[in-house]
Amino acid sequence: MKRHSVVRVAAIVAATFFAAGTLTACSAGDDGGSKTLRVTLANHVWTDTIKSKLPEFEAATGLTVELSQYGEDQLSDQYNVKLNAGTDEIDVMMYRPLQEGKLFAKNGYLGDLSDDVESNAVWDWSDFQSGPVESTTYDGNVVGVPIITEQEVLYYRKDLLANAGLEVPTTMDELEAAAKAISEQNPGVAGFVARTGKSAAVTQFSSFLYSFGGDFIDENGDSAVNSSEAKEAYAFYGGLIRDYGPENVSTDMSWPEAMAIFTQGQAGLYTEADSLYKNATDPATSKVSDTVGFAPMPAGPGGSVAYNVPSWALGINAESANSAEAWSFIEWATSAELTLVVQQDGVPGARQSVWEDPAGTSTYPADLAAAIATSTKNGVGHDRPLVIKVPEAREIVGDPIVIAITGGDSDAAADAASDAFQDILDEE
Amino acid sequence: MTTMVTTKPSRWKNYSTWANRHRKWLFAAPAMIFVGLLIAVPLGWTLYLSVTDSEGSVRAASNLVGFSNYFEVLTDTERFWPAVMRTFVFTGGALAIELILGMCIALLLWRPFRGEKWVRVAILLPLVATPVAVGMMWRLIFDPNIGFANQVLNWVGIPAQPWLSGQYTALPTLMFVDIWQWTPMVVLMLLAGLTSLSDEPDEAARIDGANSWQRFWFVTLPLLRATVIVTIVLRGIDALKTFDILYATKGKGGGSFHEVETLNIYAFGLSFDYNDYGIASTVLILFFLLIITIMWVLTYRRKANRS
Repeated sequence: MKRHSVVRVAAIVAATFFAAGTLTACSAGDDGGSKTLRVTLANHVWTDTIKSKLPEFEAATGLTVELSQYGEDQLSDQYNVKLNAGTDEIDVMMYRPLQEGKLFAKNGYLGDLSDDVESNAVWDWSDFQSGPVESTTYDGNVVGVPIITEQEVLYYRKDLLANAGLEVPTTMDELEAAAKAISEQNPGVAGFVARTGKSAAVTQFSSFLYSFGGDFIDENGDSAVNSSEAKEAYAFYGGLIRDYGPENVSTDMSWPEAMAIFTQGQAGLYTEADSLYKNATDPATSKVSDTVGFAPMPAGPGGSVAYNVPSWALGINAESANSAEAWSFIEWATSAELTLVVQQDGVPGARQSVWEDPAGTSTYPADLAAAIATSTKNGVGHDRPLVIKVPEAREIVGDPIVIAITGGDSDAAADAASDAFQDILDEE
Repeated sequence: MTTMVTTKPSRWKNYSTWANRHRKWLFAAPAMIFVGLLIAVPLGWTLYLSVTDSEGSVRAASNLVGFSNYFEVLTDTERFWPAVMRTFVFTGGALAIELILGMCIALLLWRPFRGEKWVRVAILLPLVATPVAVGMMWRLIFDPNIGFANQVLNWVGIPAQPWLSGQYTALPTLMFVDIWQWTPMVVLMLLAGLTSLSDEPDEAARIDGANSWQRFWFVTLPLLRATVIVTIVLRGIDALKTFDILYATKGKGGGSFHEVETLNIYAFGLSFDYNDYGIASTVLILFFLLIITIMWVLTYRRKANRS
């Protein structure tokens, strides 16, 4: 009896084990082809606005939207893991065309939308600005719809400039003079602050690079980060932070850290993406909301040349089983009406008609709208090296920035960076 | 017919006899197979990737490249070897201080005293905090401009320090955080060892006129040897693998100068930032071999000493 009971127990355990396995398998299978749409978005003001409008979409289409939201880095990690495994659990994905677009398209993660974008004349694909559209097109196929554009502008403190008796800087020399004056007159307040992290700073440094007449890659497709213009730009950007930046400045700052210093009233001048302006003008997050002003990038030897880029786009996972529903979501979220709503909430969009509509900029501070108009007019369509291995390239071309900030030999660092960057360009 | 009737139960009986004879294996089998697969499959896959040039997507076509990844990694003096060194500095430094500090606290808590329970609970608090939350907390405390640490220095007249944001101060600062968080575990383990010791050897030494330092050094510590080694092994492996507080405070790449980039952070950056799966797998395999070797040396020495 005892022996038999052992076997019996084993049999029951085994049976339960398999039964449980089958049950889970069944429940997992239920989702296939259902009317649930899985949308993965980044933490952004854009996402908040869309989220508040979601019930309208669900009511109109009968779809249930399952929304996942992540910070930028976590979002990248999620995509890396899930898309690598060929998941069909993501339908609509918000991605960064300049950061990951080339890689994702090359890997075949992004579905081809070429026919979808032409299918609806009312929605009007031709309304989207050409720069952003270019960056969501890969090998002639449209793989994404741009939703958010970004230009670099100068954030400044009206009160500190007025106290110093200075006008808003319009040239790089005036910028340096203003930073110097502010830091000397206001102990504990930095004259100038900007991103300092090796990789994070690259995008905001790019406008300095262009305004000094340089670029990351020359017209032959070779590295240009050791050109004399680039070396000057590196030394200038790093020098501003070293000489007039916060004390004990961290070399890890991305926008949250730099923005915090500015909005806590500890810096007078700050160059950053305009899409983040709400952080500075919202009294809930900013101590300087009533004294912050905006201006176009100061002009260097090459003029005032800021980047004008599509920072985010929507794409459809190539493995998605709900691509038709996914497209209907994208069509809805990027419609002219919703783009206007989002833009009025402070997120610059990619639709020309919304920019031309006075309502499109009605909620913007007037000086910001003017600064954006300047940047859009002569802006450069990239804010980082356009390669497949963007993360690696950013670290390479960002190294001289950090060296300049810490007072090292940024010219030598630019030469070294150029060699390493050229290797990446040769590989691709 | 008759034969069939007799064979059926006997085959069943044979089977059940076999099952009963091996029942300890039989019952453990599902768990063992499960755990085995869970370790073997990823390890095998990583080994395979480490000899390919896989990058971008693991589903993309890749070529077998033999040991060229290993050659590339082992000759890389810019990222790999500094990362190895930082891993050892971090682990060795943190572990040594944790052991000394842990031993001191364990000895203090060894003998019963009033309010003992409360002290023990208070000491264990850092241990139960989530590492990422701990990372964020210390990041705020060590903020060079608004952090509490520099305020304290200011009160006593010492100039502000860059702490986590300094190229040379970041790693020591993080070692301090690790020590703050993990010393309690060392205390707990050593205390368990101490309470299991019998009092006689200590009393004998006391009667022989040994002072307290001699009693600790020549009596208690040798008796505690096994516990100390287990503590070193467990905490050492744990410290080698530290990821959360480093990543939470300095992010991918371990800072702009890679100042806190240990092997773990390096491998993470290679796979999730650079999408360079071949090289990342190579680093992980080397890291794995490294830990196995250290563990083997420690346990082997322990066995050799015992026999």
